[in-house]
Amino acid sequence: MIKLENISKTFNRGKANEVKAIEDLSLTISVQDYVVIVGANGSGKSTLLNLIAGSTLPGSGIIEIDNHPVTRLHDYQRSRWIARVFQNPLSGTAPDLSILDNFRLAALRTQSKGLRIGTNNVFKKEVQEKIALLDMGLENKLMQPMGTLSGGQRQALTLLMSVMDECKILLLDEPTAALDPRSARLVMETADKLIADFKLTAILITHNLKDAHTHGNRLIHMAEGKVIKDFSSEKKLNLTQNDLFEWFS
Amino acid sequence: MDFYLTALLQGLCFSGIALGIYISMKIFNIPDITTDGSYALGGIVTGVTLTHAYPLYISIVVVLLAGGLAGAITGLIHTKLKINALLAGILVMTALYSVNLTIAGRSNLPLIGTASIFNVLNFTADVNVNTFIILLVIVAVLTGFIGYLLKTDFGIAMRATGNSETMIRALGVNTDRMKIIGLALANALTALSGFLITQQQGFADISMGVGIVIIGLGSVIIGETLIGWLRITSVWGSLLLVLAGTIVFQLVLAVTLAVGVNPNLLKVVTAVLVLLIVSLPRLSFRSHD
Repeated sequence: MIKLENISKTFNRGKANEVKAIEDLSLTISVQDYVVIVGANGSGKSTLLNLIAGSTLPGSGIIEIDNHPVTRLHDYQRSRWIARVFQNPLSGTAPDLSILDNFRLAALRTQSKGLRIGTNNVFKKEVQEKIALLDMGLENKLMQPMGTLSGGQRQALTLLMSVMDECKILLLDEPTAALDPRSARLVMETADKLIADFKLTAILITHNLKDAHTHGNRLIHMAEGKVIKDFSSEKKLNLTQNDLFEWFS
Repeated sequence: MDFYLTALLQGLCFSGIALGIYISMKIFNIPDITTDGSYALGGIVTGVTLTHAYPLYISIVVVLLAGGLAGAITGLIHTKLKINALLAGILVMTALYSVNLTIAGRSNLPLIGTASIFNVLNFTADVNVNTFIILLVIVAVLTGFIGYLLKTDFGIAMRATGNSETMIRALGVNTDRMKIIGLALANALTALSGFLITQQQGFADISMGVGIVIIGLGSVIIGETLIGWLRITSVWGSLLLVLAGTIVFQLVLAVTLAVGVNPNLLKVVTAVLVLLIVSLPRLSFRSHD
């Protein structure tokens, strides 16, 4: 589903603050893989995710998504495959727009946003039913601005928004980093459920080693812009949480 | 009374600027001051087309295109060359002064005996009342158009572009293109105000745009204050209050002149008025603390 070949990315090339974020990295992620990436700050996890999403373009190397060459495509052009949840709950939604308007845009992620009014009663009903599944009591607050909700509610809604339109790949960049433990658990449960129900290929970046251990079917450890450990399904199952803790001690 | 009616008419003529500034400043969160240039451009293009006896509908189309082009250039400079929006606006505004002078050929274009949108239909014999009715229709059409646009899928994407850029890019919107379209739309509306004012006052002048952006800003800020007080969240409510802001602004200026303030000081009064409106919410906020 996602193929990266010899990707390198250097920020501030030739300057004193030059950072080699990703160095000659090759990685293939198959359909319905649920990859968890761990690594210290500055190991290149987020850059990797941005390279896949297209918000950063690589210095060299080739990227393919669903057998399409996308190396030079921008983030808004790759949205036909990719939905994202950001670390900051504010980034994934528009705070001044109503929940309904946010969902309307999400429902058009792979389509053009035309000159017709799409927030009709049929659509409202559809969103209401979807949101009711979260069991947060938000289904009757569709006209409320997104900004009035808590971080946990916004992250859960962002997740739900990702499957409003056809979605193949879900990128989760520390989606629970800003949340309290209870909201974090709810968001991770929702993510797991959506990934399974919609047969998504997913990548989760996390600093929570417990999450890294329990979620996903593949675990990658990154350091200094490279993949230094890569455990696929059975091998991941044999890992204990303590093994993970030892990597970082 | 006529004095206030004129102010009201002027306020309605300025509604294009107010809607334009509302779009650039509030919807897209871009401080765009191409306004001074695109307003005068609208006026000059109106003067040139009408004195050359082109029909009104051609004049309107050319005015809208000219204003849109000016805004699009600001947008291109801002998004593609990554230049600060204020600077991009100043550059285009400055260049437009020469463009306007070249188009006009001289600094002032009087409109005598030319076609006027205010003579297209005659509802009453009273010129001012007739102008008022025609302006009401124009403003209603404009507001209807913008209000509808903002409620469409495209309009929601416009609003999201100024609100959460990371989100809307992840949802497949080319934000650079969106900003260029937004600034083009805003300046086309501004140019339309130039079109209306030119016919209302009977001449176009090269310097008619000087300081005009402040009128748009003041109107939008009055509107915003009202929106805040009344807790309006609907698109229609917001647009109507911005229009109300335009008229309030002009009426306050008219009162200022009526009580005998030297007209030479009008721009100072305008600036102080905008300063007052901007600082009022903060001043009252502090006393509640």
